[in-house]
Amino acid sequence: MRQIAEEQKVTLPPLDDNLSLHETGFDSLGFAILVARLEDDLGVDPFTISEDAAFPLTIGDFIGAYENVPA
Amino acid sequence: MSPREVFALRDYLGPEPTGRAISDARQLVSLTDILLKTCLADRLGELSGRSVLMAITDQLLSGLAMTEIDGVARRMLLCPPDLNADHLQTLIEDAGIDAVVTDHPERWAGAAIDLVVTAGAPSPAAATAKTERPTEWLMLTSGTSGVPKIVRHTLEGLTGAIVADVPARSGAAVWATFYDIRRYGGLQIFLRAIIGGGSMVLSQPGEPIGDHVGRLRARGVTHISGTPSHWRKLLMSGSASGFAPRYVRLSGEIADQAVLDGLSRAFPEASIGHAYASTEAGVGFAVNDGLAGFPATLIGTNRDGVEMEVKDGSLRIRSTRTAHAYVGRNAADLAGSDGFIDTGDMVEKRGDRYYFVGRRGGIINIGGLKVHPEEIEAVINRHAEVRMSRARSRRSPITGAIVVADVILADADSSGRSNEIREQILADCRASLASYKVPAVIKFVSSLDITAAGKLARHDA
Repeated sequence: MRQIAEEQKVTLPPLDDNLSLHETGFDSLGFAILVARLEDDLGVDPFTISEDAAFPLTIGDFIGAYENVPA
Repeated sequence: MSPREVFALRDYLGPEPTGRAISDARQLVSLTDILLKTCLADRLGELSGRSVLMAITDQLLSGLAMTEIDGVARRMLLCPPDLNADHLQTLIEDAGIDAVVTDHPERWAGAAIDLVVTAGAPSPAAATAKTERPTEWLMLTSGTSGVPKIVRHTLEGLTGAIVADVPARSGAAVWATFYDIRRYGGLQIFLRAIIGGGSMVLSQPGEPIGDHVGRLRARGVTHISGTPSHWRKLLMSGSASGFAPRYVRLSGEIADQAVLDGLSRAFPEASIGHAYASTEAGVGFAVNDGLAGFPATLIGTNRDGVEMEVKDGSLRIRSTRTAHAYVGRNAADLAGSDGFIDTGDMVEKRGDRYYFVGRRGGIINIGGLKVHPEEIEAVINRHAEVRMSRARSRRSPITGAIVVADVILADADSSGRSNEIREQILADCRASLASYKVPAVIKFVSSLDITAAGKLARHDA
């Protein structure tokens, strides 16, 4: 996230689980890039696998989406 | 109207100038005495007035048969070697085919076409052929899925640009092309060789690039044409040294500044030009100043009678070199009611030049913002260590699509520095492109698919 923030010229606030994604300063493009690169590293994209995946609101939700991917 | 003199390819063949030949990797056929020979076993007369399917696998034999049949048949349909056999029946019906010329007569034994003429190596002819009529040249469009469209040209239209083209008139040219001559881009080069009094060196399917260049050198090729993808492949092969053509031509895809500069370095003595042409619109123009894009002064009517205009960002062309019509039962109109053909090639004016930015249908949509992959590739290709690249769409759950890029490095040895180069490419992209156009992911690859027409394959476009 820090690498993309630097590329996108975004200043990240301190990250914790309760921080809302909106407050990170990332726009939808930033998240689209993050999801694509995580998919390349981890081999999964939890937002595409599950049709009814709730769109995450906080950093915690976002990380949770990856933790809850069925193995 | 006074009757116009009908001309045909045989009018450009004869004992003078001497030393003309057409060759591929396996054989060389002299053109000096070709009018005294037949590759149809003296059966040319049977094709008089017929609609002929040219189903010849061998490219060289195809070229010889074209020169023999032109001016005798009513029409001939040229088939590129990769034509899907499933489409053949539709094409035969749409073109009203009633004769086949083939080097594989056994394949046509049970076919409904009653006249099958076998093509083979040239042998002495019993009589010299006479031109009877202007033969229609039917060509197939490339790059589309499904059944290709049939496009009707005349020899006069096909060769309209050649008379105006200075490099084509230089004497004793030995022409070569990476294209197959049964496609528009390749046929233009074949016709230049025939009409300009020169020789022709054909490509050979499956031949390694190093062997191909060796052959171009050995045959003394002076004028050569291919797509930017063909040329990047040659530059990457490291086999350009020792090959010194006088004229290097690019067409069929956008010639960006990086490939033009790469060719200037590889061929410092050559004149390097890029031409705009399509199967439907014919040759629009050629630019020989070594710069990408074309001067804005070409818009309007230029001195060869080609008219160009830009409408809704798309280049439109009207001239006598454009094809006459699509052929077939459900054929759409080729040109609009004003006679202009909409090429679907999108251009953008910067300063006093127009630049091609991509195909109308090839746009990537990122959350509602649109980008042409070619625009991104042009920036990536400017990096000195990049040989070629392909930008493409990748689906994204957030924005619908994002841009990703596959990149081939000029020197495989620099792959150890891929992170550093990736950062430099991204910095270049951020400096000259809107943020949504900057690739989200850059992947280094060792090759990119090239279509049979010599163009970068765009599966998602």
